[in-house]
Amino acid sequence: MSTLRYALFTGCTARESTPEQMKSTMAVADKLGIELEVLNEASCCGASHLQDYDEFLSLVLNARNICYAESRGMTMVTICNTCQLNTVMTKHKLDSDPAMKAKVNEKLAEVGLEYKGTSDIKHFLYAIIDDFGLDTLKAKIVAPLSKFNIAPFYGCHNLRPSELGEGDNAYNPTSLDDLIAACGGKSVDYEEKNKCCGFHAELQAPRTAALLTGKVIAGAMDGNADWMVTPCPLCHLKLDTQHEHASEAIGREVALPVLHMQQMVGLALGCSAEEVGLQHHVTEVPV
Amino acid sequence: MSITTQKINFKVFRFNADTDYLPHYKNYEIEVTSEEVVLDILNRIKWEFDGSFSYRRSCRHGICGACAIKVNGKGVLACKERMNSLIDLFGTELTLEPLTIKRAIKDMIVDKTDFWEKHEAVKPYLLNHIEAFPDEEHIVTNDEAEELLEADYCIQCGLCHYSCPVVDVNEHFIGPAAFVKAYRFEADVRDDAHIERLEIVNERDSGVWDCVKCMECAEVCPKEINPIEKITKLHNMLFTEGVAKSTVAVRHAVGFKHSIAKHGLLDEGELVRYSEGNIGVIKHVPVAIKMFVKGKIVLPWNMPKSEKLDEIKTLVKSSSTAKF
Repeated sequence: MSTLRYALFTGCTARESTPEQMKSTMAVADKLGIELEVLNEASCCGASHLQDYDEFLSLVLNARNICYAESRGMTMVTICNTCQLNTVMTKHKLDSDPAMKAKVNEKLAEVGLEYKGTSDIKHFLYAIIDDFGLDTLKAKIVAPLSKFNIAPFYGCHNLRPSELGEGDNAYNPTSLDDLIAACGGKSVDYEEKNKCCGFHAELQAPRTAALLTGKVIAGAMDGNADWMVTPCPLCHLKLDTQHEHASEAIGREVALPVLHMQQMVGLALGCSAEEVGLQHHVTEVPV
Repeated sequence: MSITTQKINFKVFRFNADTDYLPHYKNYEIEVTSEEVVLDILNRIKWEFDGSFSYRRSCRHGICGACAIKVNGKGVLACKERMNSLIDLFGTELTLEPLTIKRAIKDMIVDKTDFWEKHEAVKPYLLNHIEAFPDEEHIVTNDEAEELLEADYCIQCGLCHYSCPVVDVNEHFIGPAAFVKAYRFEADVRDDAHIERLEIVNERDSGVWDCVKCMECAEVCPKEINPIEKITKLHNMLFTEGVAKSTVAVRHAVGFKHSIAKHGLLDEGELVRYSEGNIGVIKHVPVAIKMFVKGKIVLPWNMPKSEKLDEIKTLVKSSSTAKF
């Protein structure tokens, strides 16, 4: 297999509140021999909120981010569900609406850039599963996670809308379950695995957000999970740091360690707890 | 293509609010043929097993919206959803449930009162002073009609409303279907109630700001109306029409632009402070301290910046289309 090379759009969270996500992404890429070139020029994707205020500005900024993957001639990989969706929505819009593409390119020309539509946008989860391959990954597992029941939490923007997704069915997703199995873990089936954690309304509607978080963690606990694992740092933040508010809202003590999918893969590949940044979790992770 | 059959076990929600204390599930084993849709199965349960089994149906052509139910949690129009695709997706064990168990009246039939009340709340009609004897026609151009056409295709089946996680936990939330209806009239050039209706969808707790952006409404809609896209358009209108007031939610959306203009990246801590205000932010301090201890908070002087920030600043300046 020739070396897989991608342009990595880190998003903001990996650079700030989830440093463990950056560490574990790089550690996994290193172990698997995947080359990641960080798009340091990239801006915030707007996280679906800038879009509410100024949709055109968000298109221009996301198109600019894609330009830097295009100029490297690479597929862009994302490590955040919301970055993935906002970037791929921009690409979809510009590739299907020539008038809008021209309008956006008029702005990008001011800074010497042009959006062409030549780079694909892919979440690192699917780069591992589809490009690297689960069988190849399995062959590299040195520390199978066989003693853990692991609850997959897919995150909304990984699954919906499925026309912009990467192959998982929104109502019966399997990618993360397959990844858990490849790492030697037992995946937990529970109703909330494809539901919403409430992150995007945390400040605007705290009670709603806390109820949704509580239902998710409770579902995973009732499935006898030791950990949850997610491909999205925003879901991670909500589930890892907000479980006290969630417990209060649903009237039941809930808390579970929540790993980024890169941390899980890293541990199974033989990385130490520190190498994948488990020391950065608010809810302690017993390994 | 030849017709094939397959034995499927249906676990079916049964409840009669008049006589039953609790709902229960009943199993029916049925030979399903490859050409059947879910509504055929509902009919066969009634005709072949239990005449008292109840569900709504009418047109059988995906246009009346009566037969919406959930199969293994996936919202479907029973008359439109092919059994083949459900078996491919979920296998041979299928659970049939009403749109919302909380509001079940009898088997698949739910009480949609809340759904209609939410519609009523957004004034789902044209508000205009019509002259009895106008001098000329009120022409709506094709482009203007295009703006509201998709929203007008809503068949009010309730799938998005009863699949919305916010509707599930907040009884005040207007919900995606009624937001689509609000947008349909907001986008109508003949309508005079723009501000009045926008003020309704701008309300805290019930309005668009409580949307969690899970995209489920876009996923489940059988008419491919994309309700969240209309919700985004309502958000945009709140700014362009000057209805958005300085609330936590509004500052949260605007805060992204300030941060991007300054750093390229989002300053997470500053966004929370800017959204909540200097007093409101205090309630986040306990969690922030726990995060800080674990190395999850970047202090202002360490805030990372995008490379080629000048480009971002230029684009924010030249491409902004909204003001607050």
